[in-house]
Amino acid sequence: MSTAPTLLSVEGLSKSYGGVHAVREVSFALRAGEILALIGPNGAGKSTCFDMLNGQTTPGAGRISLLGGDTTGKKPREIWRLGVGRTFQITATFPTMTVRENVQVALVSYGRQLFNLWASTPRFARDEAGRLLELVGMSGYAERPCGELAYGDLKRLELAIALANQPKLLLMDEPTAGMAPRERIDLMRLTAGIAREKSIGVLFTEHDMDVVFEHADRILVLNRGSLIAEGSPEEVRRNPQVRAIYLGEGLVYDARHREGLPS
Amino acid sequence: MAFYFVQFLTGLASAASLFLVASGLSIIFGVTRIVNFAHGAFYMLGAYVAFTLTERFSGALGFWAGIVVASLVVAVVGVLVEMVLLRRIYHAPELFQLLATFGLTLMVQDLVVMIWGPNDLLGRRAPGFRGAVEFFGQNIPTYDLFLIALSPIVLGLLWLLFQRTRWGVLVRAATQDRDMVAALGVNQKWLFTSVFALGVFLAALGGALQIPRDAVHHALDLRIIVDVFVVVVIGGLGSIIGAFVAAVLVSELNAFGILIFPKISIILVFLVMAVVLIVRPWGLFGKQEAPARRTPGLTVNPWRPLSQGERIAAWAGLAVAAMLPLVSGDYALTVGSEIAIFVIFAASLHFLMSVGGLASFGHAAYFGLGAYGIAFLAKMAGLPMIACLLLGPLLGCLGAAIFGFFAVQLSGVYFAMLTLAFAQIVWSIAFQWVAVTGGDNGILGLWPEKWAAGPASFYWLSIGIAALAVAALRIITFSPFGYALRATRDSLLRSEAIGIDAKRIQWTAFVIAGTVAGVAGALFAYLKGSVFPDSLGISLSVDALVMVLLGGVETVSGAVIGAIVYKMLSIWLVSQTDLSKLVLGGVIVLMVVAFPKGIVGMLETLRNLRRRSEPAKPALLKSRIEGAE
Amino acid sequence: MKLSVQDLNSHYGPAHILFDVAIEVGDGEVVALLGRNGAGKSTTFRSIVGLVAQRTGRILFEGKDVSDQPTHAIVSRGLGYVPEERRIFTDLTVDENLEVGRQPVRPNAPHWTREKLFALFPNLAEMRNRPGGRMSGGEQQMLTIARTLMGNPSLVLLDEPSEGLSPKIVEQMVAAILTMKQAGVSIVLSEQNLHFARLICDRAYIIERGRICYSGTMAELDARPDIRDTHLAL
Repeated sequence: MSTAPTLLSVEGLSKSYGGVHAVREVSFALRAGEILALIGPNGAGKSTCFDMLNGQTTPGAGRISLLGGDTTGKKPREIWRLGVGRTFQITATFPTMTVRENVQVALVSYGRQLFNLWASTPRFARDEAGRLLELVGMSGYAERPCGELAYGDLKRLELAIALANQPKLLLMDEPTAGMAPRERIDLMRLTAGIAREKSIGVLFTEHDMDVVFEHADRILVLNRGSLIAEGSPEEVRRNPQVRAIYLGEGLVYDARHREGLPS
Repeated sequence: MAFYFVQFLTGLASAASLFLVASGLSIIFGVTRIVNFAHGAFYMLGAYVAFTLTERFSGALGFWAGIVVASLVVAVVGVLVEMVLLRRIYHAPELFQLLATFGLTLMVQDLVVMIWGPNDLLGRRAPGFRGAVEFFGQNIPTYDLFLIALSPIVLGLLWLLFQRTRWGVLVRAATQDRDMVAALGVNQKWLFTSVFALGVFLAALGGALQIPRDAVHHALDLRIIVDVFVVVVIGGLGSIIGAFVAAVLVSELNAFGILIFPKISIILVFLVMAVVLIVRPWGLFGKQEAPARRTPGLTVNPWRPLSQGERIAAWAGLAVAAMLPLVSGDYALTVGSEIAIFVIFAASLHFLMSVGGLASFGHAAYFGLGAYGIAFLAKMAGLPMIACLLLGPLLGCLGAAIFGFFAVQLSGVYFAMLTLAFAQIVWSIAFQWVAVTGGDNGILGLWPEKWAAGPASFYWLSIGIAALAVAALRIITFSPFGYALRATRDSLLRSEAIGIDAKRIQWTAFVIAGTVAGVAGALFAYLKGSVFPDSLGISLSVDALVMVLLGGVETVSGAVIGAIVYKMLSIWLVSQTDLSKLVLGGVIVLMVVAFPKGIVGMLETLRNLRRRSEPAKPALLKSRIEGAE
Repeated sequence: MKLSVQDLNSHYGPAHILFDVAIEVGDGEVVALLGRNGAGKSTTFRSIVGLVAQRTGRILFEGKDVSDQPTHAIVSRGLGYVPEERRIFTDLTVDENLEVGRQPVRPNAPHWTREKLFALFPNLAEMRNRPGGRMSGGEQQMLTIARTLMGNPSLVLLDEPSEGLSPKIVEQMVAAILTMKQAGVSIVLSEQNLHFARLICDRAYIIERGRICYSGTMAELDARPDIRDTHLAL
């Protein structure tokens, strides 16, 4: 793992709103194939951090480089072109199109055919879209209107869309929010499998400690805009500061992950 | 110097009415999310009722009582409208709300003429404010000074009302989330009605206070509403202070614009609006709107290209239409050509609305530009007809490229208001710039060349171009570009996240729609043999919207059917009654309330129901859509 | 009986969402409504307070049938509702948010004042003039509960109070809900986090595909891993 190349490196990332430091001097690196979790209390700056990485928000200071190239302050669509796939906390898909068409649109964009006025989209990259849907286990739903999907399936569709540009990095904002416990585990297992196979780096935020401790290779803990801990799940779980401000008594997550916490 | 100062004061005085109407519109929009097109109608009613009452009541007290009572009377009318009509459409899409309140405006126009007659009415001067103050040799009417003092007072009172009372807190809460306010035990209906009453009262007061300055006439409504739209776009919809600042700004621009560009003073307002939109797209004091809500229940059926059978049916329909000249006379062919032209026009707007989700309220601008394009080329450059037909629509294309660039910076009701304002600006230029456009007299004598001059040949030309235009728009709908456009409509967030430059896509769509509308306008100019500013007017824009709505917004080519049915109905209607605005307005209101899916939409729904005879699967996502709303 | 829901059926357009849902809540009881996403938990709550237009069935609140009444009338009777997405008025300050929720004192329900609420949620006391939009998710969740309590409800429907919150805040939420229970407020809460529900609730219903498929005490549910596996996807 440690020999894998660095995909994303963040140095001194900061942002403040009206004098309040939302994110302060955050630095970290992410390697290809690595799954990195970003956790912390509500309001710690996770969303701001994420928004800066994917271009929704312009950083106040600091540098973000993706595969050695500087992406600081680039627009979301430019960052996407560089090979970053995204999923959202509340799924964002195209509800009036079929599942397959959702993926086809992403492929149209990836193939730079957006201003093609003539070709027939229903026939465009059909098979490629089918392969992506198969990868996330959605082949059976290809012709269904996306607006009819159950929530867990929408999350998987989003993953397929995010994979359309053959990303090197996946940014997932609370990927399992609003899902049932088993669906959470299934989705993250699927993501982790794809990431390892294709050597994609994954950065995700999450509040479900069961998911984080199960799947993250490494965890970053953010509090009041600053990184306060970084390490393996084991190290983070045993960190008294993290326990005090974030993990609590461990009453609300699975027994397997309470190890080392006071009962 | 003194002259400029007086001009400045005149501007401030004009700002008073504009501010009252705009703040009313903003307050109503804030809570109900309805852009009340009928606000201009309430303003006009305020002026008319005040005229009658101030004539009836005598003395100084009578005058002022007349003003206040008139505003209250109109507010009561507003309450009735809210209870009978608006309560039924609070959850409808914005476009439907705008259309329904526009329908109301049309009805009021005819009613006002029925009650007060078509002539201008001159009201009483305000007692106590009849004189003028001299300032370095320039006269300032004291009534203007009264109006100048009034707006800040109203602004202050509104501020106190919204910041310092429980009612104000509830209204501000409802502005953000009306359902949550109900879920905390507040009677929302009462709150909405009271807000609407206040907004209408302010509009009517604005109208009533104008009678000592201006004649009362039945075109006041559209004139003020366009100005008010410009004001709220600049100031920010929902912001009262924004309405105040922008009302002053617009009034001053008008006051001084007349000095700088006496013929086309409106250009100055347009330039300022453009700058504001680039710097602050949501207005000086506005806030970015949450994405437009989707209507629960109006689920969109996924679109499919035509099946083999449908394609044959379309060809057969065209073949039948092409045989019309064999069986009918010249009048029917002229009507047929006009219908074909409106099929093109409606289809172009439908493309923008249904595929792009961009409801333009000023699409006639590009239709009219196409028509004027022909007129310029044929009359001034003397080009042959084919060349004119090919090049004329380019003026529509150019207009769409310029205005579309600004319009797509916005969305939802802002987009609708802005497109309307742009169309009105083009109309004003055509109307005022007599040297080039002939003004109200238009440009006459544009006849097709010999090969297309006969009613039958022109009819064939029209339906041929219509068929081509509709087919081309369909192909584009199913092209990668069409899907990208739908993607920006469905989810801006997701489309940006897959590398789609939404603004560029929407701009391109706007230009395509504008060019096709220009083609329709070009043919229309040849059909009528002339071009008038009317072909850029609001009523034509609304005709197109109604055609789209009648056909079905959520279908691929519903506008074709909508245009045919609507055009036939309206031609018949005009031959039957003088009160066509009243009937048309009533039809629009009724359609929005009772028939929102349109003809083709209804047919598709019926077909889908039959196809899925098994009970519909519970769509789990819907509960989330509803919940998130 | 505080609340009795009988034969509740709800639709969104053509989709039938709830099927014959029945729920009973006793005085001072805390009941969990468990189920996975999309099972119908939120729709059940929204139907009870009248936010779903198409619904049939009987809803008895304190013995009175409220199923024909509009939302504000149901809530004014003392049935509080805290929605899933918090729905804070972001432009309004904390104090103003609480003002919107204020209702008259009720004889049969605990009376909450701002001071009592600030004691329950100390974080809020420090930010009375802060706009709701400038608060963190945890603070917003506290404010939304406090806002509903300003209506002095005798029963509160809490929709997923732990969703999206950090473990530490969730633990604070547990404490606050237990305080509400001690004050005598009956509570129905919907949850996906069984650990959370176990700490607070007396009884549980499980809802799946719009149908209630299990009901029993929390202890009984703990003894039935098969039920949890089938219906909650744990």
